[in-house]
Amino acid sequence: MAFTFAAFCYMLSLVLCAALIFFAIWHIIAFDELRTDFKSPIDQCNPVHARERLRNIERICLLLRKLVLPEYSIHSLFCIMFLCAQEWLTLGLNVPLLFYHFWRYFHCPADSSELAYDPPAVMNADTLSYCQKEAWCKLAFYLLSFFYYLYCMIYTLVSS
Amino acid sequence: MSQPGIPVSGGAPASLQAQNGAASASGSLYTNGPVQNTLMSSQVSVSQGYNSQLPGSYPYLIPAKTLNPVSGESNYGGSQTVSPLSNYQGPGQTLYRPPVASNPVTASLHSGPVPRMPLPTSQNAAATPVPSGSFLPGASVQPSSNWQYNYPSTGSQTNHCPRASSQSTISGTTNLTGHQYVSSGDPSLQNSFIKSGITPNTNNGPMVVHNSYDEIEGGGFSATPQPTNQNPTMNRSVGYSYPSLPPGYQNTAPPSTAGMPPSSLNYPSGPQGFNQTPLGANHLTTSMSGLSLHPEGLRVTNLLQERNMLPSTPLQPPVPNLHEDIQKLNCNPELFRCTLTSIPQTQALLNKAKLPLGLLLHPFKDLVQLPVVTSSTIVRCRSCRTYINPFVSFLDQRRWKCNLCYRVNDVPEEFMYNPLTRVYGEPHRRPEVQNATIEFMAPSEYMLRPPQPPVYLFVFDVSHNAVETGYLNTVCQSLLDNLDLLPGNTRTKIGFITFDSTIHFYSLQEGLSQPQMLIVSDIEDVFIPMPENLLVNLNESKELVQDLLKTLPQMFTKTLETQSALGPALQAAFKLMSPTGGRMSVFQTQLPTLGVGALRPREEPNQRSSAKEIHLTPSTDFYKKLALDCSGQQVAVDLFLLSGQYSDLASLGCISRYSAGSVYYYPSYHHQQNPVQVQKLQKELQRYLTRKIGFEAVMRIRCTKGLSIHTFHGNFFVRSTDLLSLPNVNPDAGYAVQMSVEESLTDTQLVSFQSALLYTSSKGERRIRVHTLCLPVVSTLNEVFLGADVQAISGLLANMAVDRSVSASLSDARDALVNAVIDSLSAYRSSVLSNQQPGLMVPFSLRLFPLFVLALLKQKSFQTGTNTRLDERIFAMCQVKNQPLVYLMLTTHPSLYRVDNLSDEGALNINDRTIPQPPILQLSVEKLSRDGAFLMDAGSVLMLWVGKNCGQNFLSRVLGVQNYALIPQNMTDLPELDTPESARIIAFISWLREQRPFFPILYVIRDESPMKANFLQNMVEDRTESALSYYEFLLHIQQQVNK
Repeated sequence: MAFTFAAFCYMLSLVLCAALIFFAIWHIIAFDELRTDFKSPIDQCNPVHARERLRNIERICLLLRKLVLPEYSIHSLFCIMFLCAQEWLTLGLNVPLLFYHFWRYFHCPADSSELAYDPPAVMNADTLSYCQKEAWCKLAFYLLSFFYYLYCMIYTLVSS
Repeated sequence: MSQPGIPVSGGAPASLQAQNGAASASGSLYTNGPVQNTLMSSQVSVSQGYNSQLPGSYPYLIPAKTLNPVSGESNYGGSQTVSPLSNYQGPGQTLYRPPVASNPVTASLHSGPVPRMPLPTSQNAAATPVPSGSFLPGASVQPSSNWQYNYPSTGSQTNHCPRASSQSTISGTTNLTGHQYVSSGDPSLQNSFIKSGITPNTNNGPMVVHNSYDEIEGGGFSATPQPTNQNPTMNRSVGYSYPSLPPGYQNTAPPSTAGMPPSSLNYPSGPQGFNQTPLGANHLTTSMSGLSLHPEGLRVTNLLQERNMLPSTPLQPPVPNLHEDIQKLNCNPELFRCTLTSIPQTQALLNKAKLPLGLLLHPFKDLVQLPVVTSSTIVRCRSCRTYINPFVSFLDQRRWKCNLCYRVNDVPEEFMYNPLTRVYGEPHRRPEVQNATIEFMAPSEYMLRPPQPPVYLFVFDVSHNAVETGYLNTVCQSLLDNLDLLPGNTRTKIGFITFDSTIHFYSLQEGLSQPQMLIVSDIEDVFIPMPENLLVNLNESKELVQDLLKTLPQMFTKTLETQSALGPALQAAFKLMSPTGGRMSVFQTQLPTLGVGALRPREEPNQRSSAKEIHLTPSTDFYKKLALDCSGQQVAVDLFLLSGQYSDLASLGCISRYSAGSVYYYPSYHHQQNPVQVQKLQKELQRYLTRKIGFEAVMRIRCTKGLSIHTFHGNFFVRSTDLLSLPNVNPDAGYAVQMSVEESLTDTQLVSFQSALLYTSSKGERRIRVHTLCLPVVSTLNEVFLGADVQAISGLLANMAVDRSVSASLSDARDALVNAVIDSLSAYRSSVLSNQQPGLMVPFSLRLFPLFVLALLKQKSFQTGTNTRLDERIFAMCQVKNQPLVYLMLTTHPSLYRVDNLSDEGALNINDRTIPQPPILQLSVEKLSRDGAFLMDAGSVLMLWVGKNCGQNFLSRVLGVQNYALIPQNMTDLPELDTPESARIIAFISWLREQRPFFPILYVIRDESPMKANFLQNMVEDRTESALSYYEFLLHIQQQVNK
């Protein structure tokens, strides 16, 4: 029984992982909201509703944008911590996602990264379904890693 | 023409009058089929009354059997004559009365519809009475002027209905049917239709709605004299016929009639190059019999041997391989087109073919004839909300099966009655089921707020730079000229804003002696002074508006202000417009430099050549965000950019792109130095100001279950996955969508696509325009290739390439275009061709694919090299996204004609005009000769290149000059000379112009003209410094394909 740095890392990442899971769930819900307009088709065509709907879309996109950085930085924090704790296997599992995040962040086509999740682009059906798939995959990944961190935490606490 | 015999013998008028009163009192005017029938039958028994009353029946103006030429002249007055008659449409009301049948008067009323039916002889006698009769002297009711079908009953009906006894029960249904099929025969008549129905019926509330007219489209079931739907022989019962259809392969129409160029045009090597390799029998499965009808389509072509594949007549879209009956009903390919006219059964098959699947739409195109339906209920599928269309199947009289989601729906009672044939129980002959393109007048449930008035706001840049270009003169003059032609009604509103470093508003309040200018210099936090007087009713303040337009060009001539606060001006304009929505036209001449939305120059001319480092994406999202706000408030922004300098169209263009506006770009506009641009601006403005417009529109595209739409191209905002928000829709905008096959379509033979555009017309009516396209499903790769529509494929690829250039890079997009050709041709080679032959084998349907892709690579949007300015490139990309396919193809691959030797051989004859039809030539300098003159039709421009040694004959007899050197530098008009040569070429050019809604300018180009470069740039088959020639391109492709 030893409270090592590694154990601390796992405990912290456990908490943060829970936050990431929430983010992922929120993403899924948000994309679903973007995809489906719950109004009846006739109502959808109504200009008054159009305004509401548009405001909704913009609000969701704004939130999505705001969540990008926290999510990416939390995940990078994991990686740094595991690097410091010399948990190579865990780091190895997280590195692919880390690179993916870097790619997503810096590969923004626009001149400024601020344009990620901009409403007209997100509303395209294939972008939307891509984002949704991405969110589901991340959810799965975070869930699995949550239990993995839990196991590792107990393991490091118990062992040595 | 079966003249509705209005008036009549003897006592009729009196009785009619009585009816009148009754009708107005009752208020419900709707006559409906069943009721009438019973009445009729009762009437028949009361023959006396019947005969005398017959004229009364005519209120239901019946589509003239033959469109009376006179009808063309029918004017408002004419339609008014109808009014007294329409009052007689009281039958519904009479029905409420207790047993009426015995009442001779009522009987007479209901007799109205009868004349249409095969009449008993006695009735005929009555029907013949001549219009000269009594109460509407001289005013012969023009059937065409008011084709309202209030369909009463029909002959067959009588049989079904029990005689008078059943009257009361039927009367219950009366109110259900309120259809009026309003149609106007001739576009020229449009004005006369305006609400003609209303006047007569002012007292009858409900009637008004239904009487509204299609004053915009010269709709009409058919402008042809005989409404086809009425012709019994034409009425195939479509709905019924479906189930019995063979798998859709009975097409008799050749897929591309324009396929082969006349042999005379072929290269010498042509004939031997005919590789008539008939496909192995194994490739022709079920469809053998059908396909063998068009060997042309089956031909495999070796492009390396047959280089002259370009047909000499304009390329026709392929005809889907459908049963003749269905194809006849199918949507016009100009409006709705699919890249693959045979839809592959599975996504796997589609992936194998490597061809893009998508639709190209031109939904709001100006149509010469468009059926307009006014009906109290619009029949739609209950689960997927598809509008009933010609491709649904009727299971029996009472049920129809949706062709998109396969749900079985009930046929509403009202729909059972066919207003055209006036037969009850023939829902499959209703106009909705007979026309793939139809417009509905939307009932009130389609609007929650009243339809918006037409609102036009003009925002002018008046900085020093703008005044220098002198554009204000042209624009104000055009506006003045077209002020009365702006589409609108009495509610039309108009307003003006000008800006430099400050924003100027103009109060045009009624009663002011002259327009009052209000200057807002606080551009950080823009506010609107006197918002109620800035947007004014055009009719009430017309003089002030005219005043303003006359003085505006002079007001700023001395200005020294060079800054431009476009962003704040747009914000102000948006604030002004947001309560109503409408159209904002912004004229900008330089890079915005002040306030929000200020931009910095990004173009670096010496980097133009490297395709990598160019700025195709916006540098700020201010314009995008504002555009979305505009979209939410139903404001569309049209941008006119008249700038000599770099103006960052990539950023500015967003304002139009997401608010469904359009972009116009006039590089180096100057009123003196560039008169050609001035003329172009004038012509385009005229079209812009006077064309149809739809406000607060949305468009939804649905497709058969199993297919799914995933990407949209065009100017709009996607509001939910299949709903496009279009604050304005204009007739010159095209859209494209990409689709994928999500579920296997194995158990279906036909798929359908439906686009529905809901908009508010400039007359304040809510309308829905529906287009439906039906296509066969195929299971083999060969059939997929046979049905490929090369123009649509190229158009969709161009759209996709624009997206790719923005999201990745230009070179990526170019590679993707080339790969599209290579992939699809190698797929064809490896999976379809049984024996591997040398050369570049392509299916006949794709014979022009490499050529069109090469043309795209050389188009301004995608070309490499230093000669394209960034703004021009981005403008070209906007055009790719926003233009309808026809014009996109013309700009990419213009048509070239030799015009110095036009002859009447093969000429068209339209209205006594002879229009020569010269063959289309390949776009290669090798086809030009110095002793000829060549006309290039590039969609929005026409270029007439006159060779140096052009015959004296042509110079003097067509151009009206003595020798070559005297051809003026900036000649944009051909003189109308009294020579046959001149007449021919002018006829030809004006024919070309008539085919499109805008007015292409003609440039006459001499050898040393600056325009010559533009002309030669379009020679896509030739080699340029940075691009391959057609033959080299083919070799490159062949190399890749045969790898």
